[in-house]
Amino acid sequence: MTNLELQKIAVEVRRGIIDGVHSAKAGHPGGSLSAAEIFTYLYFEEMNIDPKNPKDPDRDRFVLSKGHTAPGLYSTLANRGYFPVEDLLTLRHTGSYLQGHPDMKHIPGVDMSSGSLGQGVSAACGMALAGKLNGRDYRVYALCGDGEIEEGQIWEAAMFAGFRKLDNLCVIVDNNNLQIDGPIDKVCSPYPIDKKFESFNFHVISINGNDFDELRSAFAEAKATKGMPTAIVARTLKGKDISFMENSVDWHGKAPNDEEYAVAVEDLRKVGEALCQN
Amino acid sequence: MSELKPMATRESYGNALLELGKEHENLIVLDADLAAATKTGVFRKAFPDRHIDCGIAEANMTGVAAGLSTCGFVPFISTFAMFAAGRSYEQVRNSIGYPHLNVKIGATHAGISVGEDGASHQCLEDIALMRAIPGMVVINPADDVEARAAVRAAYAYDGPVYLRFGRLAIPVMNDSPDYKFEIGKGVLLRDGRDVTLIATGLCVYETLCAAKMLAEKGIDAQVINIHTIKPIDEEMILAAAEKTGRIFTIEEHSIIGGLGGAVAEVLSEKRPTKLTRIGVNDVFGESGPAKELLHKYKLDAEGIAERVQKELGGTA
Repeated sequence: MTNLELQKIAVEVRRGIIDGVHSAKAGHPGGSLSAAEIFTYLYFEEMNIDPKNPKDPDRDRFVLSKGHTAPGLYSTLANRGYFPVEDLLTLRHTGSYLQGHPDMKHIPGVDMSSGSLGQGVSAACGMALAGKLNGRDYRVYALCGDGEIEEGQIWEAAMFAGFRKLDNLCVIVDNNNLQIDGPIDKVCSPYPIDKKFESFNFHVISINGNDFDELRSAFAEAKATKGMPTAIVARTLKGKDISFMENSVDWHGKAPNDEEYAVAVEDLRKVGEALCQN
Repeated sequence: MSELKPMATRESYGNALLELGKEHENLIVLDADLAAATKTGVFRKAFPDRHIDCGIAEANMTGVAAGLSTCGFVPFISTFAMFAAGRSYEQVRNSIGYPHLNVKIGATHAGISVGEDGASHQCLEDIALMRAIPGMVVINPADDVEARAAVRAAYAYDGPVYLRFGRLAIPVMNDSPDYKFEIGKGVLLRDGRDVTLIATGLCVYETLCAAKMLAEKGIDAQVINIHTIKPIDEEMILAAAEKTGRIFTIEEHSIIGGLGGAVAEVLSEKRPTKLTRIGVNDVFGESGPAKELLHKYKLDAEGIAERVQKELGGTA
């Protein structure tokens, strides 16, 4: 896929995020939007997956360790064909299968239930280890928040992955620099993120996580890296492409009202229109 | 009673894993630097590729097991009950319980019979914690035979299972050739008319001995072994309530939320019956040799018999 095609899909992914969170009147748009290019690149370009066969034992796996950004994952899965895009409007509604946080038992394409921060990389390690033990050559991707890596279990898992040389594992840190209580370097700084992962025996790649060229080259480098897991520290913009949400901690976990929703839809229309003129 | 050598159920756990490991290639064992104590060493020696030492990091071990299970492995997590149910409670709940993954938790060193290590390592709350998780099966076997059968049943069961084992070597009771283990089925070990003593884990043997002491005092006690605390055998408990009209529960666990709690829930909702919960009375344990502690906390045969007699209004 070309970058332009991927960029257009990312607009649709963002639209699904906004539609879902607006309909739910709750949820986490900021960190879903910051990771839209990461979700899009993984599901439309990088991962070996088949929406018609979501349980294929040889498929690549994805664990959304920052499970509160489920709207981003769901929108990507829907746009990729795992379930109808219209269902995004049932997000967080009573009786909907689209639970507030990823539920592997009921959502096609969700490889691991998550939501309680810090736990996803461990599960991804288990999947990667299973691949090694079974001689299957699938890859495992885990997406963490930059605030999330304040959780100690992340580093237990990193120690395990580095020690066991799980080179089929790629951890991505969505480094949008904001957590609920403020900028991550003002709350309880996890910086330097790259050096931390390096010291846990990861190959580390630092990129602009909203840029498809950089994502393409980073994931290719990760795949080519043998003998150690890779961490991609992806610098991103929280709330990206929604004018009033960009780089705003207020939009971590809040839904837009009807007026704000109209502005957001218009923002995305403009982004899409600009892409069409390319 | 058996002439077999007493054995700690943690040893039974390791031995059962070794047997099952030969039969099932998808069985995998995880430890957190305690393989020597959880007795999984025999498995590690036989199947080094299927033994994963996660180091002193129980939360990660729990999540790794969850991930392995999504790829077709049947992981047995092994560590002390304090860390399996305590340290990793939330990982067990959210990474294993919520997605109902096929992970087995082998929790050794439960209860005050840990002994000398003292209160920090004597988990008395694990049954309460684990039984509150939807879909979790909780098994507390009473001897070597039952423990090995429980591990086998846990493997065969599709879903999360918490297995509670002890450090102290205890007598083997279930030595009959027709012994059968079924998850969720209580075992009537001794018939009696006056009172029902429902026990679990290492307290089962002590309770049987207590029943003999009580018989000498003219109290005809029946003894039930509840090895599966969840799902609990309601039918057997209600039948016992109907028959004897008086129930005691005996466990090496807090009286809050364990076997006593589970039996109280059944009785109070379905057949209100006078119940006395014998266990650790909402206090932490302490250091000391295991048998001395069981005596001090009145969880040995003598202590159990004394308490039953006292509660029934007899002379101590």
